[in-house]
Amino acid sequence: MPKNNGHRNKNLVVIQLSGGNDYLNTLVPYQDGLYYDFRPSMGLKGEDVIPIDNKCAFNSNMGPFKTLFDQDKMAVMMGIGYPEPNRSHFRSMDIWHTAEPFTSSPEGWLGKANSLIDPDGKNPVTTVNFGRGLPRALASQGVSVASVGALESYGLYTGLSGASNRDAMLDTVSRIYQPMADGGFPSRRILETGRGALDGADLLREAPSSYKSNVEYPEDNPIAQSLKGIAQVMSAELGTRIYYAAHGSFDTHTNELVNHALLWDQLSKAVECFWDDVQQQGKGDETVIWMFSEFGRRIADNGTGTDHGSGGVAFMIGDSVKGGLYGDYPKLDLSEQLEGDVHFNTDFRQVYSTLLEDVLGIESEPVLKQKFNTLDLVKI
Amino acid sequence: MTTATSARTDVSLIAHLLRRAGFGATRDQIDAYTAKGYEQTVEELLHPKREEAEDQDLMDRYFIASVEARSVGHADPQWAWRLATSQKPLEEKIALFWHGLLAVGGIKLDHGLEMLTEIDLFRRVGLGSFQDILVEISRNPGMMYWLDNQNSHKDAPNENYGRELLELFSMGIDDLGGGAYTEDDVKTAARAFTGWASRATPPPFFLGPFPMEFNFDSSDHDDGEKTFLGETGNFNGEDIIEIIAKQRATARFIAFRLYLFFVADEPNEPEIELLADVFQETNGDIRSLLRSIFNSDHFKSKAVRFRKVKSPAELVFGTARLTDRFDIPDMESSSLANQALFMGQHLLNPPSVEGWHEGEEWVDSGALIERINFASGEVGRTDAPGIQRMIELVGNSNDPLEPAEFVEACLDALGSIDLGNRSKSVLIDHASQIGSFASDNPGSAERTVEMFQLIVSTPDYQYC
Repeated sequence: MPKNNGHRNKNLVVIQLSGGNDYLNTLVPYQDGLYYDFRPSMGLKGEDVIPIDNKCAFNSNMGPFKTLFDQDKMAVMMGIGYPEPNRSHFRSMDIWHTAEPFTSSPEGWLGKANSLIDPDGKNPVTTVNFGRGLPRALASQGVSVASVGALESYGLYTGLSGASNRDAMLDTVSRIYQPMADGGFPSRRILETGRGALDGADLLREAPSSYKSNVEYPEDNPIAQSLKGIAQVMSAELGTRIYYAAHGSFDTHTNELVNHALLWDQLSKAVECFWDDVQQQGKGDETVIWMFSEFGRRIADNGTGTDHGSGGVAFMIGDSVKGGLYGDYPKLDLSEQLEGDVHFNTDFRQVYSTLLEDVLGIESEPVLKQKFNTLDLVKI
Repeated sequence: MTTATSARTDVSLIAHLLRRAGFGATRDQIDAYTAKGYEQTVEELLHPKREEAEDQDLMDRYFIASVEARSVGHADPQWAWRLATSQKPLEEKIALFWHGLLAVGGIKLDHGLEMLTEIDLFRRVGLGSFQDILVEISRNPGMMYWLDNQNSHKDAPNENYGRELLELFSMGIDDLGGGAYTEDDVKTAARAFTGWASRATPPPFFLGPFPMEFNFDSSDHDDGEKTFLGETGNFNGEDIIEIIAKQRATARFIAFRLYLFFVADEPNEPEIELLADVFQETNGDIRSLLRSIFNSDHFKSKAVRFRKVKSPAELVFGTARLTDRFDIPDMESSSLANQALFMGQHLLNPPSVEGWHEGEEWVDSGALIERINFASGEVGRTDAPGIQRMIELVGNSNDPLEPAEFVEACLDALGSIDLGNRSKSVLIDHASQIGSFASDNPGSAERTVEMFQLIVSTPDYQYC
């Protein structure tokens, strides 16, 4: 049963910041002396920050984020996390993917969302992932998810050298993957999966042909290219509700000032282009971007970088998003630290609950296994 | 039966055995095994020589970052190399079986060195007695850490290991969560394993972690009287395992898991009962159970051939082995671990203590596209010696070949595999578009490779 608290259903674009994005050098507490004490070689100040208010500033590589923030289209979730933080990349990412901090589950929150949105699996492109392999967030039994490297070359045999007769081969493979009425061999399930995969590939490969835009995404920027792919699929109106892309690696143990800046420069430009494109398509109020990372990093630097920490910052962007700063900026005093990290103050599952109900328009409880109050982040 | 038909029957049976007891084999390897005979081949597979691995030094020299592997990502190349090249296929296959059953994942134990130590443990004892395997894995520091036995103390036992030992590792539960043991048995098992832990290890140094060590702390062990599955005594962990290994539920559970892994995705109750009997008659000797499986009429029957969905590891390494192109441990072999990951199986990182969900669940739409693209890419490597040999085998047949004969020759070259009638007839139609095949016709090699590629793209090829 649809549940949208009076909201119009929207489509969700998830951008995963892989590797653990450094919260303190993303949303900088630029007026806090403790920050500079803990970050003697890596504290950002002066030209390296873009102040938001008298406490927080964006990293100077996030200019386009500041613009979206000023337009009231960006919610910044400060101090987001979960109880008993885990500092392993794998495990922490897993927790964000499955929304299960205390048990290990093979099913992802968006995979489960997909099966609520499309219970009969009618649309093979309800969820489209840009990247190789399936993030666990998207995994769920019986759910088809297309995982795309590049749209133009998506599908079978596209990387095959010496395949002189690709069309004839595709034609033959397509004839083989026809589900039979009887329960013979190969099983109906595998044939149907194949059919869905081939149909999905056909739909997605065609998506760029109907796409028109004057936005120029930077070529040498992988996340920009992924977001361009998402814009192309959006413009093809294939009924896709969930898009997924990843950017990284934010695992900046060393040389953080250079690498972190580069990653945010790429991401900011990519999001700027994408949002222009979405607006041009007239989809600004039916699209919500959600950006998260598996954890933040230690408060104190290690000389040239930072190590794995807990508590982080996340972003929600869209015309329908109620912009502003949410949560509290965690205190950096030694007495307020959690084993050298900031404490979280907003459980990410509350945001998931909001995204499920107010953005995707589905019940959140079957996905999150318990009731989390939604946050007032989305305009009716 | 004519001699030729009988020879072909032998070949396809050996091919079936090698797909299940290993990761398939090239047509020439199948011939070599066929010459030895079926039962002799079974014995050879069951008795891999335990010797110092001579390729370890080679791996250490080529995979520098993999020496004292820091993370599972650093450890992957080592196992990938073995899976791609080992000449003791069952040793690797049984390691994969136990790795999926007694699952420890890099998700929590992000310690590549320890993960590789565990895989080696399974190579070493995986074909021996089940009781020994359980004792070894209970003394495995990675397992103790993974299931929180670190936090299990004399005055405050942590039940995680006790529970999974019974539920997932030995006796199992039914669909409703019921088992042949009680909650009290779980608590007692937990008490018996107090004091079993991994010794505190220094944090990883810059280039890698320190080896983990098992430690039994008798001062933190509950030595009191315990009643477990109806027996009473001052049981320690070994005693608990000895009692577990005697249970019919254990015999059935391990028989069931071996059946699903080696025989078919659909369980066959009478066959599983027979295997459970063998388990009890031999005190849980895994080698005896496998011998019983491989030599059974049921295993040899057509009813179970191609009735198991290939895991990503089986698909990736089974196909890559056909190319016979791995001379040195380099990116070519280590990237195979990534291929399995793209298809949903991160080798040293099973998703949970339950291991992987096997069978048709492996094949989702994204994974199927990865499978087809990978497999067709591999058999399209015309510069690889194994593929050149396969082209030669098709060409050496008595040409010209009619389309149906051509398809059969290609299936034979791919390791004496077969397809269902439906897929086969579509491929024969495809071949008929050009007509009969003659190896001296221009483009015959390309045509052969194209047929290889179509064969490995079929739904039928997803089964082994």
